[in-house]
Amino acid sequence: MSQGNGHGVHTDPAAISDLTDAAAAEHPQVAPDGSKVGYRAGRTLPIRVELVRQLRRRRTQLVLGFLVLLPFILVVSFEIGQSQPNRRTGGFVDLATASGINFVVLTLFVSGSFLLPMIVALFFGDTIASEASWSSLKYLLAAPIPRHRLLRRKTVASGLLSLFALVLLPAVALAVGVLWYGAGEVVSPTGEAASFASGVTGVALAVGYISIHLFWLAGLALFLSVSTDAPLGAVGGAVLASILSQILDQITALGDLREYLPTHYALAWVDLLSTEIDWSQMATGAFSALAYGAFFTLLAARKFARKDITS
Amino acid sequence: MLTAGSQPDKPRVIRVASFSRSRGRWSLPALIVLVALVGGAVIWLRQGDDPPPVSTRDAVIDVPEGPGSDRTVQIDTTLYLPERTPAPAVLLPHGFGGSKASVSAQATELAQRGFVVLTYSARGFGRSTGQIALNSVDHEVRDAQKLLDWLATREEVRTDAPGDPRVGVTGGSYGGALALSLAGVDQRVDTIAPVITYNDLSQALLPNAATTATVDGTTPSPGAFASDGVFKRSWAGIFFSAGLSGGDAASPGQEAPEPGQDDDAQALDNAAAAATAPRQPGGDQGGDRPAGPVNGACGRFQADVCAAYTEVATTGKASERTLALLRRSSPSELTSRITQPTLLVQGEQDTLFGLDQADANARQIAANGAKVKVIWYAGGHDGGTPGPELRGQIADWLAFHLDNRGADPGTGFEYSVTGAFRSSGAPSLRTVVAPGYPGLPGGSTTTERRDVALSGREQVVVNPAGGNPAAVSSLPGLGAALSRSSSLASRLSLDLPGQSAVFSSEAMTSQLLLSGSSTVRLRVAAVPGQPVPADGAVLFVKLYDADSNGVRTLPGSAVAPVRVADLPADGTPVEVTVTLPGAVRPVESDHRLELVVSTTDQAYANAQEPAAYRISLASPELRVPVVGGVNSTSGVPTGALWGIAVVLAVCAAAAVIGWFRRRLNADVDPELTGVPLVIKGLTKSYPGGLTAVKDLSFTVGHGQVLGLLGPNGAGKTTTLRMLMGLIQPTEGEIRVFGHRVGPGAPVLSRIGSFVEGSGFLPHLSGIANLHLYWAATGRPVEQAHFDEALEIAGLGDAVHRKVRTYSQGMRQRLAIAQAMLGLPDLLVLDEPTNGLDPPQIHQMREVLRRYAAAGRTVLVSSHLLAEVEQTCSHVVVMHKGTLVAAGEVEEIATGGGEASFRVDRPEEAASVLRGLSGVHNVHVDGEQVHASLNGTPRAEALQALVSAGVAVDQAGPRRRLEDAFLELVGDAGGSR
Repeated sequence: MSQGNGHGVHTDPAAISDLTDAAAAEHPQVAPDGSKVGYRAGRTLPIRVELVRQLRRRRTQLVLGFLVLLPFILVVSFEIGQSQPNRRTGGFVDLATASGINFVVLTLFVSGSFLLPMIVALFFGDTIASEASWSSLKYLLAAPIPRHRLLRRKTVASGLLSLFALVLLPAVALAVGVLWYGAGEVVSPTGEAASFASGVTGVALAVGYISIHLFWLAGLALFLSVSTDAPLGAVGGAVLASILSQILDQITALGDLREYLPTHYALAWVDLLSTEIDWSQMATGAFSALAYGAFFTLLAARKFARKDITS
Repeated sequence: MLTAGSQPDKPRVIRVASFSRSRGRWSLPALIVLVALVGGAVIWLRQGDDPPPVSTRDAVIDVPEGPGSDRTVQIDTTLYLPERTPAPAVLLPHGFGGSKASVSAQATELAQRGFVVLTYSARGFGRSTGQIALNSVDHEVRDAQKLLDWLATREEVRTDAPGDPRVGVTGGSYGGALALSLAGVDQRVDTIAPVITYNDLSQALLPNAATTATVDGTTPSPGAFASDGVFKRSWAGIFFSAGLSGGDAASPGQEAPEPGQDDDAQALDNAAAAATAPRQPGGDQGGDRPAGPVNGACGRFQADVCAAYTEVATTGKASERTLALLRRSSPSELTSRITQPTLLVQGEQDTLFGLDQADANARQIAANGAKVKVIWYAGGHDGGTPGPELRGQIADWLAFHLDNRGADPGTGFEYSVTGAFRSSGAPSLRTVVAPGYPGLPGGSTTTERRDVALSGREQVVVNPAGGNPAAVSSLPGLGAALSRSSSLASRLSLDLPGQSAVFSSEAMTSQLLLSGSSTVRLRVAAVPGQPVPADGAVLFVKLYDADSNGVRTLPGSAVAPVRVADLPADGTPVEVTVTLPGAVRPVESDHRLELVVSTTDQAYANAQEPAAYRISLASPELRVPVVGGVNSTSGVPTGALWGIAVVLAVCAAAAVIGWFRRRLNADVDPELTGVPLVIKGLTKSYPGGLTAVKDLSFTVGHGQVLGLLGPNGAGKTTTLRMLMGLIQPTEGEIRVFGHRVGPGAPVLSRIGSFVEGSGFLPHLSGIANLHLYWAATGRPVEQAHFDEALEIAGLGDAVHRKVRTYSQGMRQRLAIAQAMLGLPDLLVLDEPTNGLDPPQIHQMREVLRRYAAAGRTVLVSSHLLAEVEQTCSHVVVMHKGTLVAAGEVEEIATGGGEASFRVDRPEEAASVLRGLSGVHNVHVDGEQVHASLNGTPRAEALQALVSAGVAVDQAGPRRRLEDAFLELVGDAGGSR
């Protein structure tokens, strides 16, 4: 009957029979907890499914694509502007072409203050808020995926995506760096040299530290994500908070108070580049990040568990 | 109420939604307020942690000018009183060039720790009168004894015996030497803690690190302390001019870094302060300096001191008289009498008073059986004064030995290891603790010495005429500004080609922690035919740490000056043992040690005559001291690690508590397990007084198609959302098959729902959306019945298109198909026919009716009565959040009691009906007459019409259901 409307949208009368036949044939079996047999809360929203949901988004693909592209952009810019004859002294930027590892360090250094926090804020801030904005959140919750489980699963998926992004960038940078600048010794700004292998270890530990350190931002973004139906608000709010913290960290007049800023220890991973590693900054930074992250995550869990879903 | 009732209903819905959303927005301001509160609390806590108050008393104390003199010198003092007195006293002399004002901060700190602290300007400094006699036993030391006398008379000071105060002495540099000397002459002193001071001033200013005798290497940092030293010109000049001008030139002027300290700002500020205003005279020393007699070019120095300096500075050599004067001014004369517990604090960055000076003090004092503890810290005259942690350690030492407070600091030996660059900009630091200072008399251990093989052939070095140009190792007095950037300071060093011989080791295979003074045996010979200077050969020996790139670092920026006095002119070599400057340096693997012997150094009085020497290694071993120990716990960030553990524990606890709470939430009513839906006393009110649903109760039986009917804003959607566990009811409960519904209740798996619009991922196709949705439920694929559901949606090939391309109606159909996935026992559809065209609406009715007939239950909400009437078996009518009516559709539609009669004479029929008692609201509509029978049976009215002769063609309940609906709604509105 509605075949003529161009969409081909119609329900075949036979379809209704099929449905009712199926319904009549199936005798619902019920588990003691009231659920349909086959449903188990512990099986809802597998990580794989959530990852597929996220990975098929253009946004995710673009971000990951950019991370792959960035080291190439850096290499090209170094090749174009090759005016540094001495590659063995200077800051991170001057040393970038000394070896593959130095190039990775530069990549982490330049992306550490804005790009990586933004990616983490994107993955965590968007995760619940975008479902709310699509109205799909209510159907997931009514499926039912228990709220704490939904939050946990989405957090884990966002965490995996963030971690993947955080590993992808240095991994590509390492490949690009080794290809262009060789697998030579790492040179630190103090002139210390370390072997390529220990440099790789150092970079791996640095990525680990950066991942832990960004937990504070993940927590905040998650909290904002459950607090608003606007993904942009959650992501932007978290990025703004990160920028604000970095700005305040520049105000030396604040003195010791700056140690309470979540971004104060953002560059503590640089300590890993020296031959004798001082862990105190990184330990304090990890504590600071975990404390903030746990606070916001628990706040998010509490809020999400009690929230009225109106989107 | 009336205005509210007459308002259009739609805006109310929006108000509900926007209100609840605004609650979400509150969280950001709330967060800001929270952050502000936490910040305020932090600041408040820091302020609330105010140290105890300290009061001060200034006094001028007269002391004799000299032994047997009847003239007096006025000593300007300040007494710092702690909160509680009497208390043990601490005498706190200042450094050279300073005054009592320069130690006021440390004095206040000590007073806060509960000591009575006496600071004073030494004679010749600050407001005190008199002339500087360089800590002479007859002058400055005697002054200090007078101050002890005075302290004993103060009632605030605890005394051991009449005239014997309980007192400790601590001080830096010049003040530290006074502490040693005073402890030597006066047994009333109970303990001392001299900081960065000297043992023998003649060796400090005229050092000679080479001796033909053997060097006792049992202690880590012995000095050769040979006679006939090389004049340390730069430092001596700074020292002397400090006495002339009153400027605090000899003080480092800033704090040394400490382990665990990460305040880069402080480091920057320190460096900036040191760079911009290094020698700012305080009010005390600047404004009223000429208090004492100014002795022309000698300033406030005593004449013999002035003469001695003039002699050395002009000739570069010291006469026996000068050496005697310097020795008289040195603690070395008195250390044999020190028996008090002694804490020796020495700096690793100190080209004025090196580690060898503290080493000598330690050996000499320990020989008396006294308790000696040695600390090397990452500062000194080139590096900075002790930081807060070290000052605290000194205060702990005093507290234990004066007041028996706190734990015994023991005699462990601590030294700081400065590592490489750190993220905060300051170098990394750790403290190594050894059981004791090795090699002390009475101790059991001696210093381990590792032999590092050096290699290099004999080399000829040339001394340029006039000793210029000269190699650079350090910039005395400026080091304070530079040392923060350790890499910069230690790389200032510059060796000149032709003037230096280099001997290098192999690359290290593992890290070597050099801790103290290495020794090496050198062979020095004149080049035959070349004149040998009368004063002997002057050489400077330094030990570099060179990395694999050839970047060299001179630990401590220190050099060992050497004078080989009697060098045979015929080229016969002289073998000497050189004690290199004491330093702590982790020499990393792949690094080399490089021994450099040069003929000149900027900081020293170089030999003036041109000369050439042959330098070679007398033995290839460089004997490197290694003091084993453990890293002190302060280097391990225990606080942070505990913090991390606490955070993880809190998270784990929160997870466990949440898990238990959810376990306890299950609530089943076994009697209702067969009833699809029971709602009892359901109320939802929002903060602010808006009540969306009020005391709603109804039941949906098995197999029913129940219509939830009500105008927009009646609370239908809110009710359905509560049914889905999306909104928490304020009161009342919802039971689905007996199980109470809450967020995520397992029984929701028996419900398929479509509430207030579709929710799809726009970037995915329709079919992908359905598949991912089902995958998210975690249920087996075979339960889903995708094919049947998709057939119902009837989207054809469009299911493979992205959902963002769908029309409203297509999304609606896909959403209904999603609700039907898994063939739910209770199908809940909110306004399912919105956006569908009439044929589709018709089909949808068919689907719902037949689905219920197949043994399922359907709940449909609608604001259209016709919709409900044609689809549903049962209806619940809601208005303004309350239940208006519930029951079978037929019953509700007719329950209003209206009847319609099709008659041939309507006017007559109307008048007949009006005549019946109870019947009202009679009106004529064409051939029909409508009347509200109001309880009168329809048969009776029919009979009345027939008996009145009216031909009745048709009689029945009035079918205008909108009217009935409006009546119900209107009555409900009126009754409220």
